[in-house]
Amino acid sequence: MTDMTDHPLLMPDARTKARNAAERRFRAYGLTAITLALAALVWLLVSIFSAGLPAFKQTFITFPVTLDAATLDKSGKLDPVEMAKVTTIGYGKLIDKAFAAEIEAKGIAHEVKPKELGDMISEQAGASLRDMVLANPALVGQTIQFQALANGRIDGYFKGRVTMETASRDKNTSPEKLALADKLRDAGVIAVKLNPGFLTMSDASDKRPEAAGLGVAILGSLYMVVIVLCLALPIGVAASVYLEEFAPKNTFTDIIEVNIANLAAVPSIVYGILGLAIFINFAGLPQSAPIVGGLVLTLMTLPRIIIPTRAALKAVPPSIRDAALGVGASKLQTVTHHVLPLAAPGILTGTIIGLAQALGESAPLLLIGMVAFVKDFPGLPPQGLFDPAAALPVQIYNWTQRGDPGFVERASGAIIVLLVFLVVMNAAAIYLRRKYERRW
Amino acid sequence: MSVIEMKLEREVAAETIKIQARKVQVHYGTNHALKDVDVDILSKNVTAFIGPSGCGKSTFLRCLNRMNDTVASAKVSGSILLDGADIYDPRVDPVQLRAKVGMVFQKPNPFPKSIYDNVAYGPKIHGLTRSKAELDEVVESCLRKAALWNEVKDRLQSPGTGLSGGQQQRLCIARAIATSPEVLLMDEPCSALDPIATAQVEELIDELRSQFSVVIVTHSMQQAARVSQRTAFFHLGHLVEYGETGTIFTNPKDPRTESYITGRIG
Repeated sequence: MTDMTDHPLLMPDARTKARNAAERRFRAYGLTAITLALAALVWLLVSIFSAGLPAFKQTFITFPVTLDAATLDKSGKLDPVEMAKVTTIGYGKLIDKAFAAEIEAKGIAHEVKPKELGDMISEQAGASLRDMVLANPALVGQTIQFQALANGRIDGYFKGRVTMETASRDKNTSPEKLALADKLRDAGVIAVKLNPGFLTMSDASDKRPEAAGLGVAILGSLYMVVIVLCLALPIGVAASVYLEEFAPKNTFTDIIEVNIANLAAVPSIVYGILGLAIFINFAGLPQSAPIVGGLVLTLMTLPRIIIPTRAALKAVPPSIRDAALGVGASKLQTVTHHVLPLAAPGILTGTIIGLAQALGESAPLLLIGMVAFVKDFPGLPPQGLFDPAAALPVQIYNWTQRGDPGFVERASGAIIVLLVFLVVMNAAAIYLRRKYERRW
Repeated sequence: MSVIEMKLEREVAAETIKIQARKVQVHYGTNHALKDVDVDILSKNVTAFIGPSGCGKSTFLRCLNRMNDTVASAKVSGSILLDGADIYDPRVDPVQLRAKVGMVFQKPNPFPKSIYDNVAYGPKIHGLTRSKAELDEVVESCLRKAALWNEVKDRLQSPGTGLSGGQQQRLCIARAIATSPEVLLMDEPCSALDPIATAQVEELIDELRSQFSVVIVTHSMQQAARVSQRTAFFHLGHLVEYGETGTIFTNPKDPRTESYITGRIG
């Protein structure tokens, strides 16, 4: 056997070495880029979830409240009109009194001034109790076990946001109150529980982050997504089918094509200005209404549905069109019987991703007034579409502007809710595409 | 009427002109693809179009059922008469025409639907059947005519795209004849098939001749010689020679035909 070490195949030449080195470098770049991207994603998720998850839990104070008939129902007739004259403040006093009595009854020693005891309970508590009584006047005269929201500072103390040290510098709370809160927790009066209200309650004012919820924003976003779906999908698909299958190929359609591509790249805030000018100033639709938001988002989503739909139609092999035309199907039959069903997975995916973008869009909504503070839930459609509402991304923006640190947690919690919706929609898109994808 | 007379009449009927094309010109934009083509296609005959790639034979075939309409840049002039009626008359609806002039394509292109639905599609959209039972009958008879019935009768609901290439092409033939066309156009129907499937399709073409006029475009001169009664040779957009298949292959008049057949141009 001869010595093979100098065989040309066993000794890569300089050119081959350089090519291999280039490939290794390219792989290293790619790996670095992906690692960086993943690290950024993990960092983002960790920071959002660590800041936002506490929003799904809330500190509640539970104690018996006697619904004194003498204060709540002076006429003694359970007349709703008369009873409604008792304000939230009246109920607040009742709650403060009951809370002080409960502390005394449990025999808990504390250094909080008697007048300030009520500050440990959320300002929302009076309103909640009032709503409860007005909804069920039979409660008057009874003693009920009332679950009140704790004040944001007390809530923050149990979530680690507030410490004795920060409390000593905070005029809204004091170390004595925190010490009392600790004792009350040991006595079972205060507890941290799951907070479904975060998803169902409406927004609350600056001083009570503990009562703020996403209910109005979720409902508003839902209304808008439904409007976008009902308008953008049929219009977008019809426009795509016409452009792709029927329209003559000439300069005019070329211009339309270029414009659709450009529209998809127009900054979303520009659509907001358009919506403000057309729907609110010209058409006279109300501000902050889901109908206007939905229309603006429809305009924004249309090109984003048309482009993937046209791509999906283009991807249907021409042989299928030939086959259908060859047996005498008309142009429209060819499209509806064969081309559209084959393009459906792509259209669905494009639509869901367009909807997800619309759901997460905030800039155009700011311009049409959806950034307003909305306390009342919008009504049922179709009338409710004209009522003021909020939207999830705008609510997040709104909460990050607030002074109370409790809203930071709320905003992060809202981001989690938005992310969950987006992940669900994108997962649905992937699932539908896999399920209906056909091979030919 | 005597027996002889009847026989004569049948032979005459067999030799009637189904499609008469005169001075057909096709332009694709500035490209003059077909120049002054005159052809008479006889009924109950197989007519083969041969010629080198790009000679215009497929273009001409696609004129016969106006499939060229779908190409935006294509312009057809001259006259093509089907049973004496000009198929390019503005009153003619290409949709109706294509039900009468069926087409089978180069690459098998079944719909991504069940075998049954593939065949039933044409009769359905043209409203040719009145009941499900009648439709079932049409599907069965077409699949039988396409020599596919025995292979697929147990799985009519399975997708047509799951068949082998040769079976797919026969399914496409079944689909094309399901609208009871009078003419069947085939654009290189065997070019994507193996020799065994090709033989099956060729045998099928010969059987179909009894009911339809078949026009077939082919690159294989052996195939043209095997299946056709008449052959047309196209070259650079011109119809060079048209006549009995036997004459074309054994005694061509034009030197270009002779060089193509003997393999000197192409």
